[in-house]
Amino acid sequence: MASEEMEQLVRREYTQGFVTDIESDTVPPGLDESTIAFISEKKGEPEWMLEWRLEAYHQWLKMTTPSWAHLNYPPIDYQAISYYSAPKKPEDRPQSLDEVDPKLLETYEKLGIPLHERAALAGVAVDAVFDSVSVTTTFKEQLAEAGVIFCSISEAIRDYPELVKQYLGSVVPQGDNFFAALNSAVFTDGSFVYVPEGVTCPMELSTYFRINAANTGQFERTLIICEKQAQVSYLEGCTAPMRDENQLHAAVVELVALDDAKIKYSTVQNWYPGDEDGKGGIYNFVTKRGDCRGDRSHISWTQVETGSAITWKYPSCMLRGKDSIGEFYSVAVTNGRQQADTGTKMIHIGENTRSTIVSKGISAGRANQSYRGLVKVGPRAKNARNFTQCDSLLIGDTCGAHTYPYQEIGNSSSIVEHEATTSKIGEDQLFYCQSRGISEEDAVNMIVNGFCKDVFQELPMEFAVEAEALLNVTLEGAVG
Amino acid sequence: MSDEQTFLDTLQARNEARGDEPTWIAARRQAGAARFEAVGFPHKRVEAWKYTDVRAIARGEFRLADSADFSPATAAALTLPIEALRLTFVDGVFSRALSDLNTLPSGVTIEPLSHALEANHEAVGGALGRLAGVDFSPFTALNTAFAEEGAVIRLAPGTVVETPIIIQFLSRANEAPVMSHPRVLIEAGGRSEATVIEHHAGESGATNFTNLVSEVMLDRSAILSYYKLQEAPVGDLHIASLHVEQGRDSRFTSFNLNLGGALVRNDIIDDLNAEGAETQYNGLFFVRDRQHVDNHTLVNHNAPRTYSNENYKGILDGRARGVFNGKVMVKRDSQQIEAYQNNANLLLSDRAEIDTKPELEIYADDVKCSHGATTGQLDEDAIYALRTRGIDNQMARGLLTLAFAGEVMDQVTLDVIAERVELAVAGKLPERFNLTGLVETASALGEK
Amino acid sequence: MLEVKDLHVSVEGSEILKGLNLTLKQGEVHAIMGPNGAGKSTLSAVISGKEGYEVTSGSITFEGRDVLEMEVEERAQAGLLLGFQYPVEIPGVKNIYLLKAALNAQRAARGEEEIPAPEFMKLVKEKLAAMKMDPSFLQRAVNEGFSGGEKKRNEILQMLVLQPRLAMLDEIDSGLDIDAMRVVADGINSLRDPERGVLIVTHYQRLLEHVEPDVVHVLVDGRIAKTGDKQLAYELESRGYEWVLEESTA
Repeated sequence: MASEEMEQLVRREYTQGFVTDIESDTVPPGLDESTIAFISEKKGEPEWMLEWRLEAYHQWLKMTTPSWAHLNYPPIDYQAISYYSAPKKPEDRPQSLDEVDPKLLETYEKLGIPLHERAALAGVAVDAVFDSVSVTTTFKEQLAEAGVIFCSISEAIRDYPELVKQYLGSVVPQGDNFFAALNSAVFTDGSFVYVPEGVTCPMELSTYFRINAANTGQFERTLIICEKQAQVSYLEGCTAPMRDENQLHAAVVELVALDDAKIKYSTVQNWYPGDEDGKGGIYNFVTKRGDCRGDRSHISWTQVETGSAITWKYPSCMLRGKDSIGEFYSVAVTNGRQQADTGTKMIHIGENTRSTIVSKGISAGRANQSYRGLVKVGPRAKNARNFTQCDSLLIGDTCGAHTYPYQEIGNSSSIVEHEATTSKIGEDQLFYCQSRGISEEDAVNMIVNGFCKDVFQELPMEFAVEAEALLNVTLEGAVG
Repeated sequence: MSDEQTFLDTLQARNEARGDEPTWIAARRQAGAARFEAVGFPHKRVEAWKYTDVRAIARGEFRLADSADFSPATAAALTLPIEALRLTFVDGVFSRALSDLNTLPSGVTIEPLSHALEANHEAVGGALGRLAGVDFSPFTALNTAFAEEGAVIRLAPGTVVETPIIIQFLSRANEAPVMSHPRVLIEAGGRSEATVIEHHAGESGATNFTNLVSEVMLDRSAILSYYKLQEAPVGDLHIASLHVEQGRDSRFTSFNLNLGGALVRNDIIDDLNAEGAETQYNGLFFVRDRQHVDNHTLVNHNAPRTYSNENYKGILDGRARGVFNGKVMVKRDSQQIEAYQNNANLLLSDRAEIDTKPELEIYADDVKCSHGATTGQLDEDAIYALRTRGIDNQMARGLLTLAFAGEVMDQVTLDVIAERVELAVAGKLPERFNLTGLVETASALGEK
Repeated sequence: MLEVKDLHVSVEGSEILKGLNLTLKQGEVHAIMGPNGAGKSTLSAVISGKEGYEVTSGSITFEGRDVLEMEVEERAQAGLLLGFQYPVEIPGVKNIYLLKAALNAQRAARGEEEIPAPEFMKLVKEKLAAMKMDPSFLQRAVNEGFSGGEKKRNEILQMLVLQPRLAMLDEIDSGLDIDAMRVVADGINSLRDPERGVLIVTHYQRLLEHVEPDVVHVLVDGRIAKTGDKQLAYELESRGYEWVLEESTA
């Protein structure tokens, strides 16, 4: 978009977007049926949606927090959390960049975040700088021409109830796991994308979210549906660390791809990791699953995970359709006292289904990181193929890197291959770079970026550049 | 009555019949029983037992055998035909008739556990149970509660035993199933060297439950090859754990070869506690029909400059199920270690299933670790090449399956075991590509 | 004994053989020569039954049987044996297994009993000696870790044990030093027999100095462009292939 156009947009008056005007109230901490009824009412939801939420809540009550992950954190008091809070009033937010933590601004600088975005990301209450809603509206018009529906999940529940009813919870059922059940009961925001048959979405659905994300709640719910022969590339997250008051995040993302459809979902996650002692970081418990429902459908997950104190995340693919393809490309970096348990599940159900997993884990400081993945080949998945490459890099002698790949194979015509390595940064590589006059820190960055190359090349161009910069920032101080 | 109670009742009856024992033994029995009662049999929600259902054991009723009678003709056919120092147990009961300990080299002690306890129970008490605690698994607890027989092998420092030591476990086709809870204790002194073969076989039709716990301690620079050849009758239930501890520069090689049994679970745990310790795990299993084999291996790199290498292969036919869980754990400050792990599986039938999980848990950075797991098919180019020689598709597949197993068996230095397993693998192949005749000829030719 | 008529073969949609005709009679040794890419290896692959080659028209008959209707192993059992240009490594499968299984399969196809072990051992040892190969070869995996020359010798050893009716040798001379070449050539010559045929596919005339062909064919661009006696091979060596092509298209 030309900068002039952008400026015009920015200057425009606030117009009514899809964000409903919510009264500035907050429910007291705690979760019971009335909290859910309150959320549902605030969102102006129909009765069936409330029932759906309550059903999830009742299932959640019977569930316990999963304990199998290689994560260590104190138990969460779910009754101490407030499940609904309206966006902060402008007067409660920082009034200018001067009031923002200089460390945060320094990071923006290093990441090359444009000036006008920095304020929005830092939560500065100056609408004139960048009005996300107006920008979004313009994008929406362009999308509408193509027939693509792109709106908040709340709006979709209101305006496209049949689509939501048909697909919501069809990939991640309400009672799928503890966090998914919680999300289903209390989700407050998220995105909805519907790409009709034969349509290739005319733009990457990214900029929107980048701005919007500053206001998303703890419990996002995203639903993306690609009809036959449709295609979409969706970018979630933000390379810049965001000001965030919420400690617990439990998002659910559901993708549905019908015959010949292709969905590419890219994530950069850089929530606050906490301080050096691990205090105050975000707990990120995410359920992401794609359903390759149609023949020859294709779902590809790419993630760069550098933030959060705790990451619990396994973007998965259900490969039901014949010849369907699932992919997972991941870079996860943990430093300080971060802990990440992440990976994927590839469930081969249909014939000739194929999946690829490339996971690169980098652990530094006192961090612990685990790759956990499942490749399952059902008895009917004739000629299924999987290839998994899973490498870990350790920087320093106080961190940990772990690999837990599960293979459950029940078809004799399938080929499943897993390779994994764990090593430290090669001293000879470092020495070589340094002998060419490159500083140790730059050398480490170069080597780490090289290590992650296979994943970065799956990211949309602009994202890839940012991801590299992000990696360098995350690993700052890891060496020497 | 709960499943556990049935076993506890049997234990109580046995304790009453047994009379007085040294206090430490009674206390351990008590601790084992208490632990077993507290945790009960494992179920599938426990990660370590996720893929293995032990209800066939839990719901079974097993008495304890009281005699070691065994048909000499059958025993002769089952026994490995080599010169060896041999201890034989029939359904857990020591058989003097089928043992051969007449020419013990100096520096070597080999005796049944019951004799060792009788002679000097305090000398056994220190080592027994040191590596295999009652909290390792409900089955170790159960074993500790029942244990009264088994093998005790001690090698004095510097002793090199050329003759293999065989611990033979025979299972009988009894009228009602029996259970046994044998213990094996091996203490290999500094610079000692030996080869131990744990051999399981029996009468077809047997449906007994064996719950074996073995502890092996290798002192500085000791070298031990440990073969497990499990050809138990296909109705047998078999649970075993092998706990190894290694001192500086010691070398342990394990061959875990499983062909028999209805339900088989092996745990191998090796603590590499001092620099220079090296371990090699080789594994092969071939199961068919409704056989179930689960191998769980763990290497603990507790010291810097320790080395481990693991290679496991599985062949599954019919409705068989195989499980492989290999874990390499590198402790903090265990720098400059190397750990390699490989698992490959071959499914011959669409109704067979393999569940594999090669794990790495690493807390030190100066390490070279890798693992690989593949499940796949035979190489189509190789099949074509064999067919161009007139060998039909089925036979070609048979040959390649044998070759797949051969990659593990090539490491076996004891011909008697290599040939036995190769023949068994050939014989276990589906009838259309049974290669027994071929293997027999080849080994005959090899000897000439 | 072998008759190829108007054979058209495509690989992944592009036509490699474009109407090839070839007749080989019992007792004859034929050489097929031609430049790279002419379709030499395609011809031997199609005759042996390798997958991935589509026969769009034409026929191959061997002693009256329709070769294209036969399974790969049936062709070998009938005595139609291919010596590979790049012999496949088969880790873990011992040479002895391959030889015995193959020989017995051939005998079974002829309705004969399995070969008794002592007789088999005698046969194999004699052939090993002929190929100047150490008996330890038998216990090694097929071609695994073999040098290029060893692999080719092993191909000939299999021929000697299996005694095919028609031996097809695809670039058997590539990668051989002079000594190995002599051993391989002696092996091939020992297969010469009034009852048998040999088809040598080669790029060079080198091997033909040791194994004199009765007939030489020049394969250019998917067809037999010229057929002659062994003099043709020498001519090709000195003049190259261009002139044949020009002559045939003129």
